[in-house]
Amino acid sequence: MSQPLRTTLGRVRGLGSAKEGVSHWWAQRLTAIALVPLVLWFVVSVISLAGADHATVRAWAGGPIVATLLVAMIVAVFFHAKLGLQVVLEDYIHHEGTRVTAIVVMQGAVFLVGLAGVIAVLKLALGA
Amino acid sequence: MAKFDLPANSKIGPGKHHAAPAGAKTVKTFKVYRWDPEGKANPRLDSYDIDLEQCGPMVLDALIKIKNEVDTTLTFRRSCREGICGSCAMNIDGTNTLACLKPIDEVTGDCKIYPLPHMPVIKDLVPDLSVPYAQYASIKPWLQTESQAIPDQERLQSTAEREKVDGLWECILCFCCSTSCPSYWWNGDRYLGPAILLQAYRWLADSRDEQTGDRLDNLEDPFRLYRCHTIMNCTKTCPKGLNPAKAIGEIKRMMIARR
Repeated sequence: MSQPLRTTLGRVRGLGSAKEGVSHWWAQRLTAIALVPLVLWFVVSVISLAGADHATVRAWAGGPIVATLLVAMIVAVFFHAKLGLQVVLEDYIHHEGTRVTAIVVMQGAVFLVGLAGVIAVLKLALGA
Repeated sequence: MAKFDLPANSKIGPGKHHAAPAGAKTVKTFKVYRWDPEGKANPRLDSYDIDLEQCGPMVLDALIKIKNEVDTTLTFRRSCREGICGSCAMNIDGTNTLACLKPIDEVTGDCKIYPLPHMPVIKDLVPDLSVPYAQYASIKPWLQTESQAIPDQERLQSTAEREKVDGLWECILCFCCSTSCPSYWWNGDRYLGPAILLQAYRWLADSRDEQTGDRLDNLEDPFRLYRCHTIMNCTKTCPKGLNPAKAIGEIKRMMIARR
């Protein structure tokens, strides 16, 4: 194997700055802050619904305010998960092709699961 | 992807033992990482029993004593022996620090000494720092201005403006922080690491510099800046008591402020 002869400075400068990353970092912080009250509200609500029958829970989740908050929480959870998992994959997968593939597959999977959650709530709220 | 076995030269075997001279009363054992790039052997951990009554107080004193009196083949960098040159940065007793500032009596039991973690080793305790040096060059660590300086006068700063670079100018680029950072271990080819980011902020915070925007452009990158996950090893290990994690936080704040 021949030694690469590019200078160290050339390698370090590489392809230059991507001029992005701020939005990702900021969105991760904002979703984290939003999730503090949303998850607290969700946990307290679920505990207070312990032992309730199916119809009661359906009626609760389908109410206009509750359904709005549930959709907001689901969107924030899965957006936050997507941002965080992307950082993990970027950290640990060094092969470029594998990394890009893993990130695309992860984003698709997170989007689908999140979408399923939102549709489930909308179904209850809109009574379809 | 992930590798589950260590490369050949990562396995450290037992080394030679150098006993203390007869009549030594206060003996301390120094276990030192040894690797010779010209041989094919794996690294080894040599142990040196040193009479502390015949040795200076710092770990660097012991290393110099070993090199002068016990084993001249031991290789390490040192220059100023007073914590201002940054040459003798190494991993002592599990923490990156400067050998010249680390008192021997702060180490309980045997004193284990390794090179800075996760850098290629040139020999023994000497790491190859050419990548961090090139990363330093890449941030253009000098005052950049377009305004002409008034002849025969300094570029002026108010007292308050000057205070903004306190806690930054003191960095001696020993790379204890960068080589303690797991994120720099995994992605050191693209992530600039805490030492370079603290230096970058030293110029961002300098009121005389006129290229703040260009400097931020150069840093705005998922890898160059945003591999910092606030692990804080940098601040914990800094032998000069500086806070690279705070400097990185300030850069992230500036990135938000200019949106």
